[in-house]
Amino acid sequence: MANMTMTKTPMPEQAPDVRNKNFEEVTLGYTEEMALNEAARCLNCKNMPCVSGCPVNIHIPQFISKVAEGDFKAAYKIIAETNSLPAISGRVCPQESQCEMHCVRGIKGEPVGIGRLERFVADWYRNNVKEEVEKPELNGKKVAVVGSGPSSLTCASDLAKKGYEVTVFEAFHVAGGVLVYGIPEFRLPKEIVQNEVNGLIARGVKVETDMVIGRVLTIDELINDMGFNAVFIGTGAGLPSFMGIEGEDLSGVYSANEYLTRINLMKAYRKEYDTPIKHSRSVAVVGGGNVAMDAARCAKRLGAEHVYVVYRRSEEEMPARNEEIHHAKEEGIEFLLLNNPVKINNDGTGAVKSMECIKMELGEPDASGRRRPIEIKGSEFELDVDTVIMALGTSPNPLIRTTTPGIEVNRHGCLVVNEDTMQTSRDGIYAGGDAVTGAATVILAMGAGKKAAAAIDEYLK
Amino acid sequence: MFKIVRKKELNPSVTLMEIEAPLIAKKAKAGQFIIFRVDEEGERIPLTIADSDSKKGTVTIIFQKVGLSTELLGQKNEGECILDFVGPLGVPTETEGFKKVAVIGGGVGNAIAFPQAKSLFKAGCQVDVISGFRTKDLIILEDEMRANSTNYYLVTDDGSCGEKGFVTDKLKSLIDAGNNYDAVIAIGPVPMMKFVSLTTKPYGIKTIVSLNSIMVDGTGMCGGCRVSVGGEIKFACVDGPDFDGHLVNYDELMNRNAAYKAQEEENKKTHICRMTQLANELIK
Repeated sequence: MANMTMTKTPMPEQAPDVRNKNFEEVTLGYTEEMALNEAARCLNCKNMPCVSGCPVNIHIPQFISKVAEGDFKAAYKIIAETNSLPAISGRVCPQESQCEMHCVRGIKGEPVGIGRLERFVADWYRNNVKEEVEKPELNGKKVAVVGSGPSSLTCASDLAKKGYEVTVFEAFHVAGGVLVYGIPEFRLPKEIVQNEVNGLIARGVKVETDMVIGRVLTIDELINDMGFNAVFIGTGAGLPSFMGIEGEDLSGVYSANEYLTRINLMKAYRKEYDTPIKHSRSVAVVGGGNVAMDAARCAKRLGAEHVYVVYRRSEEEMPARNEEIHHAKEEGIEFLLLNNPVKINNDGTGAVKSMECIKMELGEPDASGRRRPIEIKGSEFELDVDTVIMALGTSPNPLIRTTTPGIEVNRHGCLVVNEDTMQTSRDGIYAGGDAVTGAATVILAMGAGKKAAAAIDEYLK
Repeated sequence: MFKIVRKKELNPSVTLMEIEAPLIAKKAKAGQFIIFRVDEEGERIPLTIADSDSKKGTVTIIFQKVGLSTELLGQKNEGECILDFVGPLGVPTETEGFKKVAVIGGGVGNAIAFPQAKSLFKAGCQVDVISGFRTKDLIILEDEMRANSTNYYLVTDDGSCGEKGFVTDKLKSLIDAGNNYDAVIAIGPVPMMKFVSLTTKPYGIKTIVSLNSIMVDGTGMCGGCRVSVGGEIKFACVDGPDFDGHLVNYDELMNRNAAYKAQEEENKKTHICRMTQLANELIK
């Protein structure tokens, strides 16, 4: 009998005024009972509209019916057929605009909590099943994967399953890309990322950290000198933008990338780690995406009294996930919508004293389809902050494109690929994720990594 | 893990280490740098490559113990390992087309100026080196610089060795004596680079400086190292570390470099306390 409750089985989470003082995970995940209850809401539709919304095409109704039967191990195996990082995607995917958007139950009431169930299954498997991973027989061909973010990990995993000898090259000292330096611990525990990477290593994938490709080795050297038969470039879009306003050079002004890297990768919030971070009194985060929410929520956890999100459009246009905005509000983040910074003021010692903003109103829709913000003359005011974090978006790092002759890029510096095969303008060199699309989502990057793995397999057969 | 194959104290606060890192050794060029991390709790700190030997597969770094991480690195001995050693990073120094160059090193900056002098000298360029130190005890790399320069001038602030005065005094006298330099390369403390740039500006001599801003990743993904050059934002780790000395906003750089001073002091104190405590417990 299907569970016809209109709303999703609620997921327990830490109370807002408790969690905004720690870095532990906010949402606590389903218990077995909750998972069984939620799985029973799935109608097991024949045409499976949910699957069409999933960039990695998880067999959703099939895995959910296994959950409903209480066979969590079988559920995991079904997910793992197409998705190698379910503990991650179950947590950070914007399901409301992917699988859950197409769920029939969402027409009247809330869709099935597909993401929550995926996460439950992955966590249950990690905690309960200890099996030796099968190492597939090697087919004698070598593939280099540059970068170790979600697109690369997915590509590496799919290729390893097919018997390729895969080496992942990561510039940082830890693999995971944005999953380790960008997304905070309270949304995605780093232990989970490490577990996924360890799983890859157990399947025979080599992970080489501290390797900045483009400097220590070029893509061409990987092919010509190191004998790789194909290369996948999943180097992401890590180059931060600044506004170019006065005072951006003051101490206390961070890019969100720097702020989050210090906190997440270098663990600057923990006393025993050596990397410093400013413990601010009052913080302005400029921008309205998920990165802005992450930075704001981190600042709050570091003890700031006031954390403002300053965004030039209205809440409706904010690119951040609704859930993140909701969590941020609950934790006491203050939203200054329809506001834009014009200048950052110096306290006389070279640090931030305050930020001058101007109020905005929305005009006609622009090329992106969103209503264009226009300054309201004479509405300038001073915001009392000692720290400013710029979360304005990122673009691809120029290192690969400037050291790989013949590789085509567009005017945004993104690698140009054939959308069916993910092949770049160079034979045997493939790319995917943010390096191709510019800053997008984890799951789209995973989808691209998957597609590229299939194409590389086709190319090397 | 990266092994320390040689360690030598150059003076009481400056240490030389040769690190086994064959891939970096094969690629490193003058002006490039590495990022190191001593241990799991460690921070990522940039250091310019002082020398490299592609046959031995080693990279030489020379550093001054100025804070927690350089202190911890300095405590490591030959045969021990550090956790991370990444590079070569940054753009190599432009050395082509120069026939006569003045290379200026200030203090431990001489370690960074050395590979530049060496590579220019090897390329057949006339290289006049001006090495400046506060006092006699701090002198480093004198023999190495002499061996890789056409003329070597040693100056100390207090006159305890070589000529008395600042590097800028010596530079000005050399220019005024009719030396036509194609370029001046200046590496040392930020105020020194600022004043060398001010010295050369009226003569219109191209001046290259190597900036030492605060870095985290060193690959262009955070902008912590950003500097204003000719009014534009540049990232020292990927656009530099070398820049046109006449266009750099030095005051801004000094300000940004001081951002964590208080925390660094505190960190150093508590960390060293923790080490002492640990040592005491071990003795017990």
